[in-house]
Amino acid sequence: MSEHALAPSPEAVLIGENMTGGYGGADILHSCTIAVEKGEIAVIVGPNGAGKSTAMKAVFGMLKLREGQVRLSGEDITSLTPQARVRKGMGFVPQTANIFPSMTVEENLEMGAFIRDDNFKDTMGQVYDLFPILRDKRRQAAGELSGGQRQQVAVGRALMTKPSVLMLDEPTAGVSPIVMDELFDRIIEIARTGISILMVEQNARQALGIADKGYVMVQGRNRYTDTGEALLADPEVRKSFLGG
Amino acid sequence: MTGYLRNVALFSLMGLALALTGMFQSWVLALTILNMSLISAMMALGVNMQWGYAGIFNVGIMGFTAFGGLAAVLIAMPPVPEAWAAGGVGAILGLMLGAGTIFAAILVWNRLPPGKLRVVALIATLVVGYMITRFVFAPATAAIVRVNPATEGYLGGLGLPVILSWPVGAIMAAGLAWVVGKIALGLRSDYLAIATLGISEIVIAVLKFEAWLTRGVNNVVGIPRAVPRPVTLQQYEWVQGLSQRLGLGLSETARLVELTGYAIMFAIVLGALIWLSEKALNSPWGRMMRAIRDNETAARAMGKDVTRRHLMVFILGSGVCGLAGAMMVTLDGQLTPGSYEPLRFTFLIWVMVIVGGSGNNWGAVLGAFIIWFLWVQAEPAGRWMMDTLTSGLSADSPIRQHLMAQAAHTRLIMMGLALLLMLRFAPRGLIPER
Amino acid sequence: MMEPINAFVVLSNFVLIPALAYGSQIALGALGITLIFGILRFAHFAHGDIMAFGTGIVILTTWGLQAQGIGFGPLPTALLALPVGIAVTILYLLAVDRTVYRFYRRVKAKPMIFVMAALGVMFVTNGITRLIMGPGERRFDDGERFIITVRDFREWTGLAEGLALRSSQVLTIVVALLAMVLLFWFLNRTRAGKSMRAYSDNEDLALLSGINPERVVVITWAITGTLVVLAGTLYGLDKSYRPFTYFQLLLPFFAAAIVGGLGNPMGAIVGGYVVAFAEMGITYAWRRVVSYLMPEGMEPTGLMQILPVDYKFAVTFGILVIVLIFRPTGIFRGRTL
Repeated sequence: MSEHALAPSPEAVLIGENMTGGYGGADILHSCTIAVEKGEIAVIVGPNGAGKSTAMKAVFGMLKLREGQVRLSGEDITSLTPQARVRKGMGFVPQTANIFPSMTVEENLEMGAFIRDDNFKDTMGQVYDLFPILRDKRRQAAGELSGGQRQQVAVGRALMTKPSVLMLDEPTAGVSPIVMDELFDRIIEIARTGISILMVEQNARQALGIADKGYVMVQGRNRYTDTGEALLADPEVRKSFLGG
Repeated sequence: MTGYLRNVALFSLMGLALALTGMFQSWVLALTILNMSLISAMMALGVNMQWGYAGIFNVGIMGFTAFGGLAAVLIAMPPVPEAWAAGGVGAILGLMLGAGTIFAAILVWNRLPPGKLRVVALIATLVVGYMITRFVFAPATAAIVRVNPATEGYLGGLGLPVILSWPVGAIMAAGLAWVVGKIALGLRSDYLAIATLGISEIVIAVLKFEAWLTRGVNNVVGIPRAVPRPVTLQQYEWVQGLSQRLGLGLSETARLVELTGYAIMFAIVLGALIWLSEKALNSPWGRMMRAIRDNETAARAMGKDVTRRHLMVFILGSGVCGLAGAMMVTLDGQLTPGSYEPLRFTFLIWVMVIVGGSGNNWGAVLGAFIIWFLWVQAEPAGRWMMDTLTSGLSADSPIRQHLMAQAAHTRLIMMGLALLLMLRFAPRGLIPER
Repeated sequence: MMEPINAFVVLSNFVLIPALAYGSQIALGALGITLIFGILRFAHFAHGDIMAFGTGIVILTTWGLQAQGIGFGPLPTALLALPVGIAVTILYLLAVDRTVYRFYRRVKAKPMIFVMAALGVMFVTNGITRLIMGPGERRFDDGERFIITVRDFREWTGLAEGLALRSSQVLTIVVALLAMVLLFWFLNRTRAGKSMRAYSDNEDLALLSGINPERVVVITWAITGTLVVLAGTLYGLDKSYRPFTYFQLLLPFFAAAIVGGLGNPMGAIVGGYVVAFAEMGITYAWRRVVSYLMPEGMEPTGLMQILPVDYKFAVTFGILVIVLIFRPTGIFRGRTL
């Protein structure tokens, strides 16, 4: 067991601590803790219905917490709306409907930068450098692109605010394995630029492979927390959650 | 039980308002309001079936009402033999050819494989059919209109008792609803709204301009009565006796008797409709309709043919509106196509249903009574209000004169406010759905 | 050889030019319908009455200007009055939004509830308009009536047929084109316009991106108010002003918006012209045109009119039905800005 790793280090960029709450009815999360450190990749995995996406939404302010606290770079942001959190430096990529389909790729990125008043051409250039295919297709409607390219647009849009933390809700849902590998490579690249990544993933094995920190959730609770490597090596985790 | 008492109280208050109108204004006015309230209540019931039971948004009530009203002419007016001789066969044949063309077009579309050929065949069928129809139809109707144009110039009716037109009007409106429903039901609800709005304008256009059928803007007047006219009634001894006992003038008494006669007939029909509606609403069928309304997706998943059910209730509700339309023409004794206006015949009915309580038959009926009462009484009230508001201006001020002349339109504002306030603060209406 | 030219002149005079003007008016109205549908997501049934209201303000202002002896030279004085009408209409629409629609947005009411509320607004607006303007016909056109008269045209060209070009027609087409170009520039080139399209495309993501929905709504009403007053004023100058006629224009407006694809501005414009040309073409008596094109002795005897003018609504309805049956999403797939 790796319970010892549960207490997040105080210098973590983003911490959701002892989060308890749900969508109005019964609690879905029970004293759940998620944290990411600067430039690291944290991955939440677990079986269906474990509350992975809910935990991420809680961190992002999309559900009301009864107990617990969310801190961004040491500041308590528990009571802020998702929009306000974006302004504070959180980027969020929803699992579905995460682009503006009738707008061009470039317009999607512009909308991502909507709250910025400064010149965002540099950021756009960085996004294009990260996803070169988007530069070629910048005049095309985003809705006409392939599934993988649309995910790139979605991630690119979220990067336009220059967030300190990027949160991805199942970014590889419904894309082919090759595209998934490509996307993970890009995510590693993003993390190298100093942006922390928090991500929910169905493909637990591959995700833990790139994760600095992994959270295995079961029924709204933290079950195992450790480095991605350690979780992949843990025979119990392998048996119960990674299919042997 | 308190809900029941509340409803009884609401209806009693309505009755009291009518009685006060009778005492302080005139009994003729009170009965006139009552009669139109009864008819409006039927229309509101029809709309309530569609919206309250099934969530169908129909803004073509005027069309179904007017089309049902046509039945009163077609059934009760005496036929015009010269007109029939001049072009009766041609007109009927023309109509049949028109229907045949559309039928043939549907057949072509359904039978031929998709592709260019099918489109060409469809257009060809329509063009050829149209030309043949036109060739037969146009000269025949032109000949009919030329027959005695000052008083006739149309085919007339069947010369049957006018009461028969009530069920016939209902069937005619139901038939029209079948056509509209086939096209627009199953699409998004806004599309149905636009389609019904369109069809109602077309029905009015047909009534206005197909003079061979309706005399158009020349109106059909003198439709045989369901209750003897006041002039006839005056000759009856019991009416004369009643006049003495009430201490009213003979002509007024006769008018009151006539209006009461209609009120009784309408009340019987309305009563039957409410009874049937309540039965239907509380039957498994009614529960299923409401289930479909509340969650269409789930109902579909359970294997219910939602579009078919919607079509059925759309036809039923429109039929009721047609019935009310025929009764209204019967009451007026004339068909005046120019008088149909959507605000009054479609949207006012909607105000009735929303204010009364959609999904509840008694609510719709109460809403109809209240709103019609207000609609009539708002006119003098508006004039009084305008008079008070502009009392600071001199009597010959042009602004004051203009506003006084248009004061009647304040009732539109009042109706709109009634709708908005109910929708906002009591969206379930005066008598909410159980 | 003059025959086809004469035929074309007749056609232009009676169908092409009037339909172009009428289509522009419908397109402007339909654009409002489609914008409201795309952003606020309901069928705006009060559109015709808002148009009657705004045009009423323009007419009153025009009369005021005329009484002061202020004119606009050869152009109609109403053009000077337009800003007033537009401003008052926008304020009215925003007041309505504040008092009526905003509440339903907050409680996330179903679209049909919005439509019901729009019916209430329709009643109130209709009442106000009739109270101010009365139900009758009002005239407010002045300035030069014709750019080219039939007689001038005949003299210049020596053709048997004449062509009249009314200034109201040219004005309509020019103003409508300008308005459309400006609208598309706004939607595609400005930040506010793009935020509108983004909101229409994906409401939740727009919120996440920091787009303020209430601001988008305000912009939408402002644009709609401008377009609808333009449409109403141009229609009134070109034809005539009567509150009830304006209410009835709701049908071609909706037909155009649906035919083009609800929520798609380009669709609304194309739809407007489709509806106008179909209405004009089907209710026009083609005898004179055909007579010129047929060889000697084969001229048609009938009017060659497919439907009488009284059935122009039937034409609109017919197009609507055809689209609903064969392509329910409209020519340009709907629900995008």
